[in-house]
Amino acid sequence: MPTARGWREYPQRYRYEAAVCKKCNKWHFPPRLICDECKGQEFETKAMKRSGKILTYTTIRVPPAPFKDQAPYLVAVVEMDDGPRLTMMVTDYRDKELKIGQRVKLEFRRLSDDGDAGTINYGYKAVPV
Amino acid sequence: MTVGIVGYGAHLPRHRIKVEEIAKVWGADAPSFKKGLGLVEKSVPAPDEDVITLSVEAARNALVRAGNLDPQKIGCIYIGSESHPYAVKPSGTVVGEAIGAFPGCHVADFEFACKAGSEGMFVAYGLVKAGLVEYGLAIGADTSQGAPGDALEYSAAAGAAAYIMGSKNIVASIDHTYSFTTDTPDFWRREYQHYPQHAGRFTGEPAYFRTVMGASQTLLEQVGMKPADFQWAVFHQPNGKFPMRVGKMLGFTTKQMEQGWLAPRLGNTYSGASPLGLTAILDVAKPGDKIFMCSYGSGSGSDAFVYTVTDRIKEVQGLAPLTTDMLDKNKIYLEYGEYAKFRHKILKAEGV
Repeated sequence: MPTARGWREYPQRYRYEAAVCKKCNKWHFPPRLICDECKGQEFETKAMKRSGKILTYTTIRVPPAPFKDQAPYLVAVVEMDDGPRLTMMVTDYRDKELKIGQRVKLEFRRLSDDGDAGTINYGYKAVPV
Repeated sequence: MTVGIVGYGAHLPRHRIKVEEIAKVWGADAPSFKKGLGLVEKSVPAPDEDVITLSVEAARNALVRAGNLDPQKIGCIYIGSESHPYAVKPSGTVVGEAIGAFPGCHVADFEFACKAGSEGMFVAYGLVKAGLVEYGLAIGADTSQGAPGDALEYSAAAGAAAYIMGSKNIVASIDHTYSFTTDTPDFWRREYQHYPQHAGRFTGEPAYFRTVMGASQTLLEQVGMKPADFQWAVFHQPNGKFPMRVGKMLGFTTKQMEQGWLAPRLGNTYSGASPLGLTAILDVAKPGDKIFMCSYGSGSGSDAFVYTVTDRIKEVQGLAPLTTDMLDKNKIYLEYGEYAKFRHKILKAEGV
């Protein structure tokens, strides 16, 4: 991941900052300029709770280059307790914990790195609880 | 002004490897290693865990126990470790950004073998005491490596403990502290070397025991207290045997030490070791309890502290995961091959 792009995404990748519509209270993650529910244009920045449940998941066996050392790995769509649905990697799981509806928490983890000499990209992954 | 811990938190990896699993690969006698080191198993960081990720999770738990403290009030962040992911770029920059403490914050990474965490605690405490910062965050964390087949491979583990120091809403006051330092080369790692070296049995009497005894005895003399005056004690734990032996040499009992004695099931978490033991003690401590803590870092030095637990401890103990729960529950055991992959001990072809 380009260093500048990763840097711009810190508020979401590091602190789970969402945009909450002041008109209808819908949570948007990542933030957007116009609410897709009520077309409102004023938002409040709030950090999401770091908990949710797995809606669906799949195993990646042929990964893109930055993730080749991690394959096979699990990617899930997680519905956060605050509403947004996010795609993220799942880590530290046992097979019996892989099921739709499994409760997860978001933990701060290494996502990838730009080689042994490049920067390390951090962000969230889901861990079964 | 009374200064002390206002919030504390721990974080441990979920993976473990047993002594038997390592010993069978190297043809070693597992029972003699278990007896000699006083270890049963150790924690292993997942490939996506490092000092920064462990520190962020521990710091988040500390913030919760500090009453969901506004991270913008934290004036300094010090992370002690000998396994910082970057050689140049402080771990504290990522941790501070992740918990929302920036930009008004002083940051530095500390390094002093296994006592870098308590160094951070000492400096954060000192800055709050001096009135330079309102709150200070100190973290001891490591994901240390032992060379394959070396005795250190059985003990080098991973974990993090975070402490927020302040003068309001204290859960344990820091009553006294004392540091003891000498040039004693018992364990080291030269620049660009992947694994540390150690001086075998020299790491015992002239290094660990002399230094921990020196710091502990001097502090006890300075405060006019004896071991029986404390409910709890925790010492640096490079293995399961050293902390219990040094504690008994000082006059502490097994009962005072066993709550913070994590090494047999956790291994040596280096900069996290005695700070993590302290989190386990705070998890069960009662108001008024006195705690004695002494770290040890090869090279060599020890930081000793006397704490007094306050009434607020009961309000915060259950707000974040307990250290012994993280230690004993939800474990995933690894075979040596998985462990070698996790710890990047396998040499792969270029581009594969």
